[in-house]
Amino acid sequence: MEDRPATRVVAPAEPKERGNSAPAALGELKMKAKDVNLWYGEKQALFDVNLEIFDRSVTALIGPSGCGKSTFLRCLNRMNDVIDICRVEGDIRLDGEDIYAPQVDPVQLRARVGMVFQKPNPFPKSIYENVAYAPRLHGLCANKTELDEVVETSLVKAGLWEEVKDRLDQPGTGLSGGQQQRLCIARAISVNPEVLLMDEPCSALDPIATATIETLIDELKENLCIAIVTHSMQQAARVSQRTAFFHLGKLVEVDETSTIFTNPADQRTQDYVTGRFG
Amino acid sequence: MSSLTILAILAIAGIVAFFIGRLRSIQVCDGHQQELHSRPSYYGYYLAILTALPAVVLLAVWSVAERPVTKYVAMQELPPTVLQGTDAEKALTMSVVDNIAEGLPKLDPEEYEVLRKARFGFVTSSDARDVLGKHGVVLGSDPDRSLLAAADELASARATSRLWLPIACFGLAALGFLWGYTRIRPELRSRNIVERVMRSGLFLASTVAVLTTVGIVLSVLFETIHFFQFVSPMDYFFGTVWDPRFATVGKAEGQFGLLPLLWGTLFISAVALLVAVPVGLFAAIYMSEYAGSKVRAFAKPVLEILAGIPTIVYGFFALSVFGPLLRDVGGNIGLDISASSVLTAGIVMGVMIIPFVSSLSDDIITAVPQSLREGSYGLGATQSETIKKVVLPAALPGIVGAVLLAASRAIGETMIVVLAAGIAANLTLNPLEPVTTITVKIVSQLTGDLEFNSPQTLVAFALGLTLFVITLGLNVYALYVVRKYREQYE
Repeated sequence: MEDRPATRVVAPAEPKERGNSAPAALGELKMKAKDVNLWYGEKQALFDVNLEIFDRSVTALIGPSGCGKSTFLRCLNRMNDVIDICRVEGDIRLDGEDIYAPQVDPVQLRARVGMVFQKPNPFPKSIYENVAYAPRLHGLCANKTELDEVVETSLVKAGLWEEVKDRLDQPGTGLSGGQQQRLCIARAISVNPEVLLMDEPCSALDPIATATIETLIDELKENLCIAIVTHSMQQAARVSQRTAFFHLGKLVEVDETSTIFTNPADQRTQDYVTGRFG
Repeated sequence: MSSLTILAILAIAGIVAFFIGRLRSIQVCDGHQQELHSRPSYYGYYLAILTALPAVVLLAVWSVAERPVTKYVAMQELPPTVLQGTDAEKALTMSVVDNIAEGLPKLDPEEYEVLRKARFGFVTSSDARDVLGKHGVVLGSDPDRSLLAAADELASARATSRLWLPIACFGLAALGFLWGYTRIRPELRSRNIVERVMRSGLFLASTVAVLTTVGIVLSVLFETIHFFQFVSPMDYFFGTVWDPRFATVGKAEGQFGLLPLLWGTLFISAVALLVAVPVGLFAAIYMSEYAGSKVRAFAKPVLEILAGIPTIVYGFFALSVFGPLLRDVGGNIGLDISASSVLTAGIVMGVMIIPFVSSLSDDIITAVPQSLREGSYGLGATQSETIKKVVLPAALPGIVGAVLLAASRAIGETMIVVLAAGIAANLTLNPLEPVTTITVKIVSQLTGDLEFNSPQTLVAFALGLTLFVITLGLNVYALYVVRKYREQYE
């Protein structure tokens, strides 16, 4: 982690021209999954999934409950390693490197591929400590001033700074649900991950908090590769440039979001996005 | 007829009343059960309660009141000289009266006649003594006439009471049954009545524990106040010498300094916690974070078996194995450790409370939401970083609570320290020397021949109250901490 320039921490790159789901807005290929199969004990949960995720864009994973979209997302930062009975086969690459190669440390990987969870899960610490947690662990900051800057930048990027700047020492658990989720996003981007995985980040939030988070996702994608699992097709349509439709552990179809929602190739996708099942 | 027999008969009557009440309820609605306010069995309970409950209450009150009431009747016969005497003298006289009264029912009519005559002065009271002696009632001297009169009244009052008790109980039961039976109608809200009675029963049950605590505290408190009439609180709380001197040694006042005992208690508990907290906490972390499900399923119950070993067995272990071992090891490295020492007792007690720390901490660590762990892993933290920086801080208040509970357990522990720490009340900083604790001294002050009005004995109550206040304080604080922890993830 230390070899990355620290300037990225304090000075975000100039925002790129805002793309609106146009193919030209996609960055270069960031992650590539090839023939991914996954088992929970005896039960196979993913079947030959092939998916490409591009930088500086949002890829939405949609599908009915239990279709494997969250499971797939958790493969991308090897979060499934935590589960004893889970076994993954196939090839997942980040910038061309196999992330399941023996020499790769999942701990290092997770600092590059951050994650935001379904339910806001701030640590029972102060707001400041929540954001400072990961930079401290990875030794990103030489002194308190730098750390203060990282915390502020992350909170600004997460759109929470104005609301909490006067009470950074208050517990993070005391914030509202939407604020907590933005705190978790600030926490995730505090180590400048290259990819941000979001597992239904708005499912526990009210519509106003959801709109705030969606705006935030839109801003973050200027510098980040984002993959988001969502149950809301409107959300997928609003925030993503590409959409992948999962069904029964298989990747049915992946394409530009507008294509998926207006002119899908597969009948099952058609049925799902028009609300006939799921 | 004994109270127990009456109780059994009332219970049977209640069961019978239940069935009759149920039948009656079906009868009064001609089998159309939907017309009843409550289900038939509630009418059964209603009738059973009316039949048995008042009678049982009467039985209980009667049984409790019988002794004082009959005693009062008998005391009317005693001369004023006795009645104006001290409580102790009155109690002595009454015990003689009681003794004679116990013997009276055993006499045959002729012998009883002798006694009656003696009461009214027609024969000498030594005749009465002989008669009583034949039936095993041995008296130290010829009984006074007033004593015989009191005993006679006592015996007859008791006989009257024994005669009327079953009649009153069964009469009340019958009245209750008849009244209830005539009241069973479809519109009778029997469910509400039954449930109200049940709720009162549940309430009574819950007050038993509270009242017991209050009773214990009060009884200890009064004896303690009694103690402080002999010894000033200053000498007790701040005295540094413990030397109670039993009365047999002479009339010299002992010294009752609490400090050596309190120090011994706290010192041993501190050593115990030094052993139990790291070991227990590390065991809990291993169990909850690293152990596979198979290891956990096996090791957790085994660890908890430690909590099931009686403390006296730990005492044997300390006395016969660990103390000598420690002494020998100490000898080899040039330390002079006595076989009973702070270290021996503390370490063995520490082993005893490991399961309290580990089991509670394990539950608390497991209760930390998995989402917090995933959040930390998702930021690139390792497992040990996650445990140190997220899981343990989140669990800390609960762990503190667990440790405090273990500490109060250690402070109140008796058997291990009796056997392993010695009985010398030393005020020492050296963990290799014997000390003694509050609990040990309570035991030694209350064993053997006792007189309950000397400070030597009463000090045990003061010590007990001191101990109670300390452990109560710790427990209350532990509960407060644990409760605060519970609110955290809400």
